[in-house]
Formats: sequence, C-alpha cells, structure tokens
Amino acid sequence: MTISPDQLIQFSPLHRLQWEEAQQKYVILYPEGMVELNQSSAEILKLCDGSRMLAQIVTELEEKFATSGLTNDITNFLNVALQNGWIKQA
Amino acid sequence: MAGSSKLNITPPRWLLAELSYKCPLQCPYCSNPLDYAKYPNELSTEDWKRVLSQARKMGAVQLGFSGGEPLTRQDLTELVGYARELGYYSNLITSGYGLSEEKIVELKQAGLDHIQISIQASTQELNDHIAGTATYQHKQDVAKLIKKHGYPMVLCVVIHRENIHQMPQILEMAENLGADYLELANTQYYGWAHLNRDALLPTREQFEEAEKIAQAYKEKVAGKMKIYYVVPDYYEDRPKACMNGWGTTFLTIAPDGTALPCHSARELPGLDCPNVKDFSIEEIWNESKTFNFFRGTEWMQEPCRSCDEKLKDFGGCRCQAFLFNGDMYSTDPVCSKSPERHRIDTAINSARELALSDREKPLIFRNSKNSKQF
Repeated sequence: MTISPDQLIQFSPLHRLQWEEAQQKYVILYPEGMVELNQSSAEILKLCDGSRMLAQIVTELEEKFATSGLTNDITNFLNVALQNGWIKQA
Repeated sequence: MAGSSKLNITPPRWLLAELSYKCPLQCPYCSNPLDYAKYPNELSTEDWKRVLSQARKMGAVQLGFSGGEPLTRQDLTELVGYARELGYYSNLITSGYGLSEEKIVELKQAGLDHIQISIQASTQELNDHIAGTATYQHKQDVAKLIKKHGYPMVLCVVIHRENIHQMPQILEMAENLGADYLELANTQYYGWAHLNRDALLPTREQFEEAEKIAQAYKEKVAGKMKIYYVVPDYYEDRPKACMNGWGTTFLTIAPDGTALPCHSARELPGLDCPNVKDFSIEEIWNESKTFNFFRGTEWMQEPCRSCDEKLKDFGGCRCQAFLFNGDMYSTDPVCSKSPERHRIDTAINSARELALSDREKPLIFRNSKNSKQF
C-alpha cells in the first residue's frame, strides 16, 4: 500500500487529529489509543483534508518553511500514515 | 506511605469512568469487585462533569465510559456531549444490551467517537450461557448498526476455556461484522474470574493452538481489521507492565466516586482510596496516599529491587501479588524470578486437572445475589 500521486488524500474518518494543550503537541486519537506527533508530521497531516494531492502538499510545505527537496520525506511519512490507517485515498 | 518523591509524577492520560455497577449481563469473569453490591450509590451528573473537567485540565484525553453497563445511566448522552466539548476522545465500552439505533445516532450526534461492544462467543447457545442473558442476536444487530452509523468499532471477546475452541469462528464473525479492531482478551484472573478460575483457565496447549490461529488470521486481515491480543500472563515468564506503572497514566473512577489507580485496586488492603466527592482530581492524583503508594521503585522488595527489568514491568501487578502471596509489595508471582512462581504453576495445574477430568465445576455468575455473599 503506497500513496498514489494522482489521488486526493484525506484524513481517516475513524481517527481524530487534535492539538493537546497539556502536551503542547498534536496527537492522533483512535479507539483506546493515541499517537504523539512531532511538528513536521503534524504539518503534513493537517493538509490531508481531502482537497490536495501529494504534489500540492509538498509545494505548500516547501513554501511555508522556505525550503525545497521535501518530496521524499513527505512521501515516506505519508506511506507510513497510509499503512497505519491515519489517512486514505478515494 | 510506600511511595517515592513526587518529582516524577506524570499527568493522567486515560480516564476510565465506571458509571454504574448495574449490568443486565452476568459474565462469570467480570472485572468488577466481588462485593460490588456493597456500593449501590452512584455519582450525580454534576459530580461526573466536575471529574471530567478536572481530569481533562490535567491532560487526560482518552475517556472510557464503562461499568457495569454504562447504558443504564440516563445521563449518558449528556455526559458524552460534555466530554466532546472538553476535547476528550470518548470510548463507550458496552455489552450492547439496550443499544437501539435511535440511541446510536443520538450518541454520535453528541460526539461519541467509538463503541466497543462485547460478544461472549461465536454461537448463540454459548454466548447466552456465558452472558447469563439471551443477548446474542441483539449484539449481532447492534454491531451492524454501529458500523452503519460510521463509528470505528472494537469487538471485544473475552477468551477462556469455554470458548477458546471457537477461535476460528470468532475471527470469522468479527470480520463479517465489519469490526475495525478485534480484541481477543485472554481472561485476567481478578474478581469474578479469579473466583471461577478452575473452570475458566485454558490449558497451555489450548492457548498455544488458539494463539497460532489468531496470529495467522492477523496476516489474512492486515489493512482491514487489527487484532489486539491480550496475553494470558500465567503462561508468560515475565509479568505485565500493569497499568503502565502505578499512577503514571491511568485513572479509574468507580460508580460511587472512589478513585483507583487500576480497576482492581479496591481489593488491596490499607490503600484508603480517596473519593472525588471529597477531593479534586489534582489532589487525588498528586497528593493522595493511594496514588503515591506504588509510584517509583522505592517500595519494591527483592528480586525486583535489584532487577535490571524493574523499569520495564514495574514489578508486575500489585493485585496479583496480593491475591497469590498475600503481600502486595512482593514480586508478581508470574515472574520466573519470583520465589512464589510455583503458586501460579499450582493454579495452572489445578485448572488443567479439572479440564482433563469428567468433573464439572459450575460457574458462579456475576449478579447481585451472588455479590451479596462477599
């Protein structure tokens, strides 16, 4: 299971992405479990709202952080996210 | 107080709200205390709201509505709505009994995130026998409705000697019902399960066979259904890291407002468990004798004290140490380093003898009549 570049990416309706004030970080919540996210993972997942494909997410984050060459890192993380069921495509 | 300094107190992450000890089912492995009938009082809606607010403020984020049967509370929807406002991820842990489609929709609208439903076996006859109530068909219908309305669903099946042979059918049933997660919970022998252990504990051969089947199925349904396998600790040689360490993560509030570091802790002597009617959650978590009792490692005896795994399993389960050794400070007897390990082996052999004989030992079901004898 890998990310397809020509399909929209949306966050899983069976999970919840949420800012936790007490922990000062984003977390993914799901039945009886929680994953704590670092800042870059959270920035990627916040853009998985069903309105963007892979290339758009890369472009937006490269612009936001004034950098380039993020394609590989973002693709790798999204593949992990897909395998964990945090995001889905079509 | 046996606890160590308060420097390392981490905030609670998991709040288990046991709303009521009332339950229409009578499962003979229930984790509620044997003498639950002594505690008929229940917190008010306002009490629960205060508890939810205070725990959330400290950092609790996972919330389990449990019991007994939480659906017996008339204010469940109101509490679910309140929890959603506070930002909890709410889990309803239910037998499914009394869960109508209307209620499923109402709870969803109020903000409930997930429903965990229990099924006792893969056949009606055995399910209804174990539950002590005719519930099989209703549970099947409810499971389908939970999925119809877009909830993630955990199907929980408690595994013991009466149903372990149904492992292939249980796995198939979970897949057919569209469960996102199947929790195969090998019985943990506390409370009612401890009382019925001779009749419930499977033999090692039965465990190994069932585990093999479950592991193979895990691969078959990868990406579709996750399988959580709760290990049978009697057959392990290291104890479980009970509650992720005492007073580090989990906070249970019993129906009458008693705050517990784990849902069995009521069985331990001399803990003087505080009540949320008398203290705030912050006072209970940070200051109370109970929650500091087994924090850190200062309380440990040998062989735990000098063990290089003591920060991995925290000496195992205090309730199990008390149940077997009569000493809640001792090493969990599951550990092969414990001088009392033979007590676990004796329990295994006693159950095995009964399993291999023609004798039958009737199960003692969890109900008020039986509870009043304790």
